[in-house]
Amino acid sequence: MSFPIDLLINAIIAGLLLGGFYAAVTSGISIAFGILDIVNIAHPAFIILGSYIAYIVNSQFGLDPILTSIAILPAFYALGAVVYQVYYVSFERRGQEALRGLAFFFGLLFITEVVLILVFGVDYRYVNAIYIGPTLHFGFVDLPLRMLIPCLVSLLLILLLQIYLTRTFTGRAIMAVAQDQEALRLMAVNPIRIKRTAFAISIATTSLAGAFLIVIQPVEPSVGRDYIGRVFAICVMGGMGSLPGTVIAAMLLGIVESITATFYGPSWAPAVSFGFLLLTLAFRPAGILGR
Amino acid sequence: MAPLLEVDDLSKRFGGFVALDGVSLAVAPGERLGLIGPNGSGKSTLVNCLCGALHNESGVVRFDGTNVNGMTAHQRTRLGMARSFQLPRPFTSLSLADNLRIPLIYSANMRRGSHFTAAEIENRCGELLRLVGLDAKARRLPRDLTQVEMRKLELARAMGADPKLLIADEAMAGLSHSEIEDILKLLDQLNQRGITIILIEHIMRAVMSFSQRLVVLVSGKKIADGKPQDVIRDPEVERAYLGQ
Amino acid sequence: MRSWLFTLILAVAGAALFALSRFIQNDYFFFAGYVVLQYIVLSTAWNILGGYCGYVNFGTAALFAIGAYTTVALHKLLVTSRIYPMSMPELIVIGGAVSAVVGLGIGYLTLRLRGAFFSIATLALAVVIQTIITNWDYVGGSRGAYVIRPPSAPLVGSYIQYLFLVMLVLAVISVAVARLIERSRLGYGFATIRDDEIAAEASGVPTLRLKLIATTLSGALMGMAGAPLPYYVGYLDPASGFNLAYAVNSIAMPVIGGTTTWIGPLIGAVLLGTLQQWVTVTISSAVSLLIVGLLLVGFVIVAPNGLVGLVRPLFVRGKG
Repeated sequence: MSFPIDLLINAIIAGLLLGGFYAAVTSGISIAFGILDIVNIAHPAFIILGSYIAYIVNSQFGLDPILTSIAILPAFYALGAVVYQVYYVSFERRGQEALRGLAFFFGLLFITEVVLILVFGVDYRYVNAIYIGPTLHFGFVDLPLRMLIPCLVSLLLILLLQIYLTRTFTGRAIMAVAQDQEALRLMAVNPIRIKRTAFAISIATTSLAGAFLIVIQPVEPSVGRDYIGRVFAICVMGGMGSLPGTVIAAMLLGIVESITATFYGPSWAPAVSFGFLLLTLAFRPAGILGR
Repeated sequence: MAPLLEVDDLSKRFGGFVALDGVSLAVAPGERLGLIGPNGSGKSTLVNCLCGALHNESGVVRFDGTNVNGMTAHQRTRLGMARSFQLPRPFTSLSLADNLRIPLIYSANMRRGSHFTAAEIENRCGELLRLVGLDAKARRLPRDLTQVEMRKLELARAMGADPKLLIADEAMAGLSHSEIEDILKLLDQLNQRGITIILIEHIMRAVMSFSQRLVVLVSGKKIADGKPQDVIRDPEVERAYLGQ
Repeated sequence: MRSWLFTLILAVAGAALFALSRFIQNDYFFFAGYVVLQYIVLSTAWNILGGYCGYVNFGTAALFAIGAYTTVALHKLLVTSRIYPMSMPELIVIGGAVSAVVGLGIGYLTLRLRGAFFSIATLALAVVIQTIITNWDYVGGSRGAYVIRPPSAPLVGSYIQYLFLVMLVLAVISVAVARLIERSRLGYGFATIRDDEIAAEASGVPTLRLKLIATTLSGALMGMAGAPLPYYVGYLDPASGFNLAYAVNSIAMPVIGGTTTWIGPLIGAVLLGTLQQWVTVTISSAVSLLIVGLLLVGFVIVAPNGLVGLVRPLFVRGKG
């Protein structure tokens, strides 16, 4: 029996495309969890929210989901700022973020899911766009546009984020806020404001990630749960807060999942990311690219 | 007499940064040792390696004749090596009395082999509270304490482990003149009971009056070890302090 | 109060509750009561690790489902094939033991890490275990499995009343265990882990061992709560066994009741459990879950010490 090499190559390429999308999904958590140390397990809920907004606008007005999500970035930014303010006042300032902060985000995750179920039911929803459907063919290699477009936009988003974080004053302050709040104070920068900005950016990315998600696959309210493990697995594997590390870890996970799905069946795919995460946590908590 | 604590060629690095570089040190039973050095010289890292909060890459720590390398922090505490923290770390949800019960239950108890009775624990707890003058606040929570009271709680809790060696990590930073005298008197009292004390301190006046011997760390290396008056005049020590 | 006396009072209260409920000739009461009692066990079990030690476990559903699926497997292996008719207490002990081992395992894997990583790892664990069960055909895979309930039960005759009694006993046991821990050396040790692990170690507390005790105990109780489930529902599939509602409720109930003491999870489970049963019947189960979510978020923001904290504003640990 010959090994199906074309199947393997296609699985790897599909995995890379999937990984590009995972990178967008995780970039926000890399900022919130990796840099700010805020364990926002509700992150995937915001992504699903982004998906449903893209769905509503698309089905009502026929607008492109990805362009829509870019247009509503400011709204998600504002939402993130509000959530951070509540989190800061209620937990961080009181030094209770450990137990109660986690419960808070878990509650948000759950509320979002239940509200979406109440409003939209548990049916799968999908969007229409010209790039959903066509596939580019190069020999035996398939490049579905619905995967390729999100992947490319995602990499662009992460490039912009990386430039912002390393080249601008606010960006550098964000990178520094976790390590040395005192130094920031001495530079007359308010660390709370910086953290709020960073968290707001983190939530803003979910608008785009949500649009990508619904472009790639139909969405129902509980889909987000599968992403909790993925985003944290990627964030930890990528070395907590490093965007280049996030991209590499995301690609890696995408490839492993894609190969698993191709050769063992898709029902095992969720266990792959979570299993990866468990192993990473147990044996290499600093991530594959470890700091 | 055999030393109580013996540190032999201890090294510790964080990534590429060498925090401790071949430090050797011996402390005799009942001794009062001062440990000084500029910020970032490795004092805190040394304390953490001694107490087991960090693990050293190379070198040996021997306590009371036992090699404690590889022992966890709680095992070392049970052997008789107690510490206070630079920034007080009380158990915030427990009352002062309960804070002191913890080392009594989990450490002093364990070493003795047989368990304390409830009455014995109460007695010792009351004794510790009186020792540091906090008996009036036994039922209060740590958040109700002043800075100096917090430091005293920290020392009392370390004493609850019934230690042979007490490592006081900057127990006086930020305190007023009279408060420093208070703490010094307390440490002196403990030493009178036969407890060996390592005092890590920035306040030179306090270190000079308390220590019988002074050790100076600079950039993770021990650069001086001897009588306080001699060490302080050591040209290398002067350079390290004035040069920074 | 002495622990044996407390346990005795608790047992008498339980017996009285059961005796009274026998007058109610309505099976719905037992169906609903079973769920509330099950939540008393789950929230008390969660609180041993979450409330006492400060380690947030999102994997309640997994440990609970392991207990339930152990029963499914044993039922198929022994009862259906008539090798050995296993009784409910035996199933509960075995289900609890399996979940205890899994709890110990997850503790070993993750408890050396900071608290947040532990929480994320428990989430991951839940999905891994769910995937394994979904792909395990012997226990029904994704299609689920039927477990035929015996027509009558020992002691009380009606099987649903028997299940209610079993869960009542488990609830009494778990509350008694929680209170016993609280008043013991272990409870003090747990509290220091919650407050400051480094300071705890420096005071001689063997933090890792204590945390492993907590995960094992908590896992065992969750597994025990899950073991009777297949007989209660009659049909078990992964979607219901691993329902997120278990994870949310087991967190929401202690947080709303108050996490520092045994009575918090008890109050939370009774109030929230009853409320949910009522809303599920009168409105819908989705709305009842929404209420739980809103209460959880509302309480952590407004009343961080739960109902117990509201009633006793300056709640300081007892004399011990």
